[in-house]
Amino acid sequence: MNSKTFIKSYCQIKDNSISLNGKVLYEGQNTEPFTDFIKSAYKNLDTKYAKFFKMDSLSKLAFLAADVLLKHENVIAEKEENIAIVLSNNASSLDTDRKYQKSIEDDNNFFPSPAVFVYTLPNICIGEISIKHKLYSENSFFIFDNFNPSYLHAYSTGLLEEKKAEKVLCGWVNLDEGEYNAFLYLVTKEEGQIPHTIKKINSIY
Amino acid sequence: MSKIYLSHNNIVSAYGFNTQSAIKNIGKEISSVKQFNDKSIMSEPFFSSMMNKKVLLNKFNKLNPKKDYTVLEQMMILSLNSIITDSNLKISEKTGLIISTTKGNIDALELNSNFNKNRAYLTELGNSIKDFFGFISEPIVLSNACVSGVLATSVAKRFIKQKVFDDVFIVSGDLVTKFILSGFNSFQALSSGPCKPYCKDRTGINIGEVAASILVTKQKANLTKEAVEILSDATANDANHISGPSRTGEGLVRSVQSALKEARLNANDIDYISAHGTATIFNDEMEAIAFNRLNMQTIPLNSLKGYFGHTLGASGLLETIIGMHSLQQNTLFKSLGFNEMGVSQPINIIKQTTKKKLNIFLKTSSGFGGCNTAAIFRKAEH
Repeated sequence: MNSKTFIKSYCQIKDNSISLNGKVLYEGQNTEPFTDFIKSAYKNLDTKYAKFFKMDSLSKLAFLAADVLLKHENVIAEKEENIAIVLSNNASSLDTDRKYQKSIEDDNNFFPSPAVFVYTLPNICIGEISIKHKLYSENSFFIFDNFNPSYLHAYSTGLLEEKKAEKVLCGWVNLDEGEYNAFLYLVTKEEGQIPHTIKKINSIY
Repeated sequence: MSKIYLSHNNIVSAYGFNTQSAIKNIGKEISSVKQFNDKSIMSEPFFSSMMNKKVLLNKFNKLNPKKDYTVLEQMMILSLNSIITDSNLKISEKTGLIISTTKGNIDALELNSNFNKNRAYLTELGNSIKDFFGFISEPIVLSNACVSGVLATSVAKRFIKQKVFDDVFIVSGDLVTKFILSGFNSFQALSSGPCKPYCKDRTGINIGEVAASILVTKQKANLTKEAVEILSDATANDANHISGPSRTGEGLVRSVQSALKEARLNANDIDYISAHGTATIFNDEMEAIAFNRLNMQTIPLNSLKGYFGHTLGASGLLETIIGMHSLQQNTLFKSLGFNEMGVSQPINIIKQTTKKKLNIFLKTSSGFGGCNTAAIFRKAEH
């Protein structure tokens, strides 16, 4: 299959490890829970973004994967690049939904917090990435049973073909019951080494 | 490129089980928002538009369901069933299903829910609807806060253009739950009376519930009389704040500009704006600023929140459907709840329901996460 679009870079966070274009960038300790792992990773990668600590776990996961990738691609806020963000997962924002639900379950111990409630939407993590990198661009958050490269491929190709975006930050960010997986990749029309095909996406996932 | 249309549509709401029941009441300027006193949802009385769940279940049981369905699923299935039947379309692998929702079956997390907690996964909701009708393709669940409903039409159009599907059914819906009401209340965003978009004494949102559905198709045969062509659509982020709208309306301005560009139209080609108008202080002010920056301040505009409340993931699609009927009837519906100008920049709010020749309308939505979506629709030529 001839590809007119290409994958520039990709980043994966899972199993207490962060990799960029297939090379390990940071490894945490095997046994540490996500919250500890992501905090150490943030420090180790010299992220320097205080708002990170206010985010829920899903946003931390998506934010850090995007940050690693966009920094590598020299995306700087001042340039206001037209990079669309198309993310997907299985568990939506359920990790924070459950936490929020606990805060309203007992009428005698009723303490709903706006700071928690706002994260009960999966697309908030897209907002967090957009704020940091000044991306005033196309957004979409999809929920699928499993990682679905064919829908993502069609959607991101469409955004590029219709000139709605120059690049698309695309992928999967799932966090549920302590398990997590982020796989983000940047699609462009610039000719590159990795063709943007469903087969190729599957092989690097 | 062939044209893409929005055609068969349905609204399941407190007004009734079809679009006509809603349109008829809106034409008479009758709101479905009223006061409820249901302590299982909120400790104090609140204003909302809610379905009668017994009437809903009775209606749903006529479809002979083979298992138990949640309240939201009952609403969505009834809504979708109506347009699948009306359109007479045979479901194939080229038929898409998009489900637009913010919280889906979030009530399944409640302690006294009759359903397993896993029902709160949005894929469970998607698959439940897929299986009921025998869709073949995997459902696309879209959860992008309050822009989901408009964005869903845009997503459908894009998948049809990419030849993934020939036709797409969209069903959208969200419920009034303790989860939602307590959350918006914690933001002090709920109105203590019926909401008053753009009005001087507005104090916030009413949350409402509907299921709305539509067929998006490239087939010109069998279009409904109110069918519209989707000329263009765009989403843009404010890149500013996750829970508050941009003070300058940046994302809304950019989304409308992008939609105008794609449609090759100017601001003065738009006959009517179906705006978001949640009746919070900041949202309505942001929209007024954005429409002035876009030089759209004289275009007749309404918010339909006064009729249904804010129906979250359904609102954008619901309001698009009303906009289609507005065009077909050449009628501008009153922006219910508005008395006195309450935004700092001039906008042309529709103060009474009036007849006017209409051809093109703009639908906009804005939501948490800083997202804004705009879409432009034109009457289909029959």
